[in-house]
Amino acid sequence: MPNRRHGLIGVYPIGVILSGLLLAGQAAHAAPPAAAKTPAATPKPDAKPDPVANIAYLALVQKRVLPQSFLDQPPEDDGVQGARLGLADNITTGRFIHQAYHLEEALEPDADAVVAAFRKLVAQGYRAFVTDVPADLLLRLADLAEAKDATLLDATSTDDALRGEQCRRNVLHLLPSRAMLADALMQYLTIKNWRDILLVAGPNPEDTLYADALRKSARKFRLKIVADKPWTYDPGARRTDTGHYAIGAEVARFTQGIKYDVLVVADEGDNFGDELGYRATDPRPVAGTQGLMPAAWARPFEQWGATQLQARFLKQAGRWMTERDYGAWMAVRALGEAATRGGSVEGAAMTAYLRKPEFELAAFKGARLSFRAWDGQLRQPVLLADARSLVSVSPQPGFLHETSELDTLGPDQPETTCHPK
Amino acid sequence: MSSKVKCLAVLAALLTTTPALAERLLVSNEKDNTITVVDAGTLAVVKTVKVGARPRGIALSKDGKSLYICTSDADHIEVLDLASLTVSRTLPSGPDPELFTLSPDGKTLYVSNENDNMVSVLDIATGRIVTEIPVGVEPEGMGISPDGKILVNTSETTSMAHFIDTQTHEVLANVLVGSRPRVAQWTKDGSLVWVSAEVGGTVSIIDATQRKVIQTIHFEIPGVPKESIQPVGIQLTADGTTAFVALGPANRVAVIDTHSYQVKKYLLVGQRVWNLAFSGDGKRLYTTNGVSNDLSVIDVDALKVVKSVPVGRLPWGVVVAP
Repeated sequence: MPNRRHGLIGVYPIGVILSGLLLAGQAAHAAPPAAAKTPAATPKPDAKPDPVANIAYLALVQKRVLPQSFLDQPPEDDGVQGARLGLADNITTGRFIHQAYHLEEALEPDADAVVAAFRKLVAQGYRAFVTDVPADLLLRLADLAEAKDATLLDATSTDDALRGEQCRRNVLHLLPSRAMLADALMQYLTIKNWRDILLVAGPNPEDTLYADALRKSARKFRLKIVADKPWTYDPGARRTDTGHYAIGAEVARFTQGIKYDVLVVADEGDNFGDELGYRATDPRPVAGTQGLMPAAWARPFEQWGATQLQARFLKQAGRWMTERDYGAWMAVRALGEAATRGGSVEGAAMTAYLRKPEFELAAFKGARLSFRAWDGQLRQPVLLADARSLVSVSPQPGFLHETSELDTLGPDQPETTCHPK
Repeated sequence: MSSKVKCLAVLAALLTTTPALAERLLVSNEKDNTITVVDAGTLAVVKTVKVGARPRGIALSKDGKSLYICTSDADHIEVLDLASLTVSRTLPSGPDPELFTLSPDGKTLYVSNENDNMVSVLDIATGRIVTEIPVGVEPEGMGISPDGKILVNTSETTSMAHFIDTQTHEVLANVLVGSRPRVAQWTKDGSLVWVSAEVGGTVSIIDATQRKVIQTIHFEIPGVPKESIQPVGIQLTADGTTAFVALGPANRVAVIDTHSYQVKKYLLVGQRVWNLAFSGDGKRLYTTNGVSNDLSVIDVDALKVVKSVPVGRLPWGVVVAP
């Protein structure tokens, strides 16, 4: 998935203002496990401890480095911080109705260790797992015999196959899929009447998947890809004193002679997408993985009370919330909502409630979110933002649907390829 | 006295005998950092007063002489003197005050601190916060029972209405309502509390004795997507027979029969209708419309929208001052 604009706060001017928050955040770091064991508010002297909702956070820790820029490198606690904030929110809510929460964090260095941790936690009785693992490892976990009665809440992937032909009954997906991101963008291009697209796809497998989603979505909304070009240029010594001449000339040449309204780029690894803007032959905006980006969460987003979540997260983590953090926050909050509304902290009961029609999650998007029955995807609005401003939110007005307009984003029930055995 | 002055004096006397003309509407503009003062008779803007950052919740003092203003980003409460239309005093509020309610005796303000999971209890005379009550995540709506004994606070992410004893400051009960509850409104007889849920799209009616939801109202408007029905402001007529609920980006106010809990009518108002207030005689209902930056005026007997009045940007709350 794209992981841009994480914004380690140190590189921003407001880092100064936030340094106090940083310290507070470090203190809060250690707090969640302890807080989970603290009895709920105002216990009677000999009252029984509140029943505990046990949630496991299972991650494959990979050192991720974005190659193009030294700005906005992924934070090391990406994802898990969101889960911790979700836990804190659940604890605050739970103490009023005598429910306690515990988050068991298993952050593992390799795939085998993740599998071993999963087996151990299932043996201990865990049934609700929030995961931050790649697609192949997610499938490996989901297909284990031990996973039969567990639910994996995939907090970080955008993979379409996991929601399609590779879907599993015991997996739910929190972040919008690439198909949903692409549809969100194409709806916006439709209402802007920017109908002719120059598609530029990077060489990595993720770029191919993102570009495929864009092509499919362009067909769906009857937009025209007037040119579909692979990006193969390697600028080499970008940091040399004349590096900008080379990339400027290359982008001008690359875009010459094409008549288009918008350049849409598929570059999930941030290898070149940021260097397309302002350099093309004709003045055209850039959208996709850079420029105007469809995303589940974005730094400039403040609507529907999102300011509160941004502020709470900054205070806890000492940095901005990423999409992965947001996915993990939603996963833990969804389980909290299931425990609160369903009245049970048992893993099986919580995960069963997530799939009920009455389940709804408020996640600062102004709409109630719920899981699609046909592929386990959380239906949700998708933001369209650049690095510094929120541009729009899809679905766009006028894209109608008989049950939920949110289902105009991504594969709808009739076209789903998810048919689990 | 010249005849001209006499004439004016007679006119002034005439004007003051018409109650609606004497009233003023006060509107908080979240984006402009102002309070718009509107003459209720002419519906003309009389003055726009600069206040602190991000004014949202507003309430009239018991004597009707001042307006309390939650200036959220300034992290305090400002007191606007309604004679001079200047800010005469600043009160502490705890961080990020969004909404508050005044005790029936006019002495205490209960303030929701949205960033802090707390309700602050403010003694107005001394200007001191007496205590803080821990509540759910993102406290929002505040409603006090007519006898002043029970405070209801809603928390948005926790999705509960907390019933708080105003003597002991203890939380007595927590009632689960729809997602992202906003406004808590007591009935005049103190028997019920109406709570709107913005994301849930519902209004819950809570029995104040049993502290249980006895009725949930759903809304359905042909041609309006479900997602944009987001109930916020609630007002009940003085006789208690009719409730008005602002439905946010659905741009409508629902008119509800309080006996059957059926929606009788949807009134089309401005965009993103947020909060509501009755005129002193109950014949008019005013709504703040955050996106169209205006105020809609509803004729309560005819159930018709009769006028819209442009105010500042992102109008949030409205109060009618005598």
